[in-house]
Amino acid sequence: MDMSLFRSRRLWIPGLALLVLVGLATLPLYGSLYMTILMTAILMYIILTVSWVIFSGPSGYLSLASAAFFGVGIYTSAILLPTKGAVLPVLVVVLIAGAISFVVAVLVGALTLRLRGIYFAIFTFGLVELIKQVLIFFEISVTGTRGRFIMLVDTHTIFYIMLGIFVVLMLTAYFIRRSKFGLALRSIGENEEAAAHSGVNVTMVKVITFGISAVFMGAAGAVIAMRWTYIDPYIAFNPLFSFLPVLMAIFGGLGQFYGPLIGAAIFAYLEEVLLTKFPYYYMLIFGCVLVGTMLFMPMGLTGLIQRGWRRLIGGQHADA
Amino acid sequence: MRMLEGEKVTKYFGGLAAVLQVDFYVEQGEIFGLIGPNGAGKTTLFNLISGAFTPKSGVIKFKGEKISGLKPYKICRMGMARTFQEVKIFANVPAVQNVALGALFGAPKSVSTAEATKEAEELLDFVGFAVPKNIPAGGLTLANQKRVEIARALATKADMLLLDEVMAGLTPTETAEAMELVKRIRDRGVTVFLIEHVMRAIMGVCDRIMVLHHGEKIADGTPKEISTSKKVIEVYLGE
Ligand SMILES: Nc1ncnc2c1ncn2[C@@H]1O[C@H](COP(=O)(O)OP(=O)(O)O)[C@@H](O)[C@H]1O
Ligand SMILES: [Mg+2]
Repeated sequence: MDMSLFRSRRLWIPGLALLVLVGLATLPLYGSLYMTILMTAILMYIILTVSWVIFSGPSGYLSLASAAFFGVGIYTSAILLPTKGAVLPVLVVVLIAGAISFVVAVLVGALTLRLRGIYFAIFTFGLVELIKQVLIFFEISVTGTRGRFIMLVDTHTIFYIMLGIFVVLMLTAYFIRRSKFGLALRSIGENEEAAAHSGVNVTMVKVITFGISAVFMGAAGAVIAMRWTYIDPYIAFNPLFSFLPVLMAIFGGLGQFYGPLIGAAIFAYLEEVLLTKFPYYYMLIFGCVLVGTMLFMPMGLTGLIQRGWRRLIGGQHADA
Repeated sequence: MRMLEGEKVTKYFGGLAAVLQVDFYVEQGEIFGLIGPNGAGKTTLFNLISGAFTPKSGVIKFKGEKISGLKPYKICRMGMARTFQEVKIFANVPAVQNVALGALFGAPKSVSTAEATKEAEELLDFVGFAVPKNIPAGGLTLANQKRVEIARALATKADMLLLDEVMAGLTPTETAEAMELVKRIRDRGVTVFLIEHVMRAIMGVCDRIMVLHHGEKIADGTPKEISTSKKVIEVYLGE
């Protein structure tokens, strides 16, 4: 029974993934424009969450720098795609945004990844504020502007680029998890000292993974900036984008590969609904949902589903 | 040939000299023991050799090359692996993958994941690990966690193993098995440097022994010389 379950799982997961992908790729053909816009936002949240999980999940280093890399992407778009005409093709801008975020993450990582626990979290969060303040200072005293307008880009183009980033990210996340690199990252999270003494170049593994996760955050920022059309340092470096990925990942459950993905999707959808229906209370409702999650489903949504599933199929397997 | 050599190795923690001007050497193929009361600086010496700390002064050479100051992963890839007094395993990772990590990252030549897994399974058999190999290491008994640690160290294709109190906390039967294992590791051609508290164990298995006290070396020699040394009896055996 165990084997058959295993074999069928191997088949239906890629099958389902392919089906979802086809459904998404053809969305503009059957869905409304609103659906496409909503889906773009959901994909953005998924990208932020899954790329956060790539690094912080296995390594155990709680990064709150997501908003910084996301903001770097947003500003890259703002500078390279002004309303008076694009400097470069849209796709190239997205790639550049990813590359700049990577470089920033590698530099910051090399400096801060020797900090452990809460110190690392605080420092990475400080980075968001630091970049924001530098930009504000720069805009006030050098360019004398406040905020920037971004060239209008077609909704479908934005959607397809976001979808492309999502697909590349999921493949990257899957291969990191499956590879020996992923094992090294996990061992760092479990016991960094033992990993180092077993031959793992812990600094390199951490810094590279931190950089890879930042690529996707930066790229997502660059794309979504095209939808926002106006940005300033406060919009681009909103600390909410540091916390949301963490919350969505916990909500979905870190134990499973698809946990953060489902968490982000539901969370992003809820945000849309709550924001339109309860514009004043939505953060409060958000908070309640989260506290509830942590109290009653410490393994997240997928952990809950799995436990239920095991009970259904006989449940001799312990929760391990 | 001298596998490992230390010259006037010194390490301070604040004002405390945890290791002070210690000279030592380990010959290839021998089992070398390190004893001393609690707080003598034994673990600190291991930390200096394996690269967790850098000595304040003095030089450590492994296979004739200076290693003091190198990062732990580099020293590991040169052929030196270790275990810890407080076992350090990857608790939520299956036992076999704990060991495979050593083969994948610690060996001088890279191997495929399949090869690493096969080697890990063989090594777990070698160290006498007799429970399913895919159990997460955190759920194992202390004796088995120590076996996983030793297998992981061996998986790096180490020429030399530093074992920090492998027998502490084990039952008499497990201690006897561990002594047997130490000999079998040496018979594979691996030089062993071990810290031990269990006197009976270390006297029976070591070729030579060094004694540390308050960070300083107070004696070294064969087990027989150590057990008859006045100084050692005064500060340690006679406690
Ligand atoms: N990381 C550390 N920081 C400060 N003091 C330490 C540290 N590690 C060990 N010491 C101190 O150094 C001395 C030697 O410790 P240790 O090497 O662990 O002794 P042993 O292994 O022989 O019992 C002790 O006094 C201990 O308190
Ligand atoms: Mg000790």
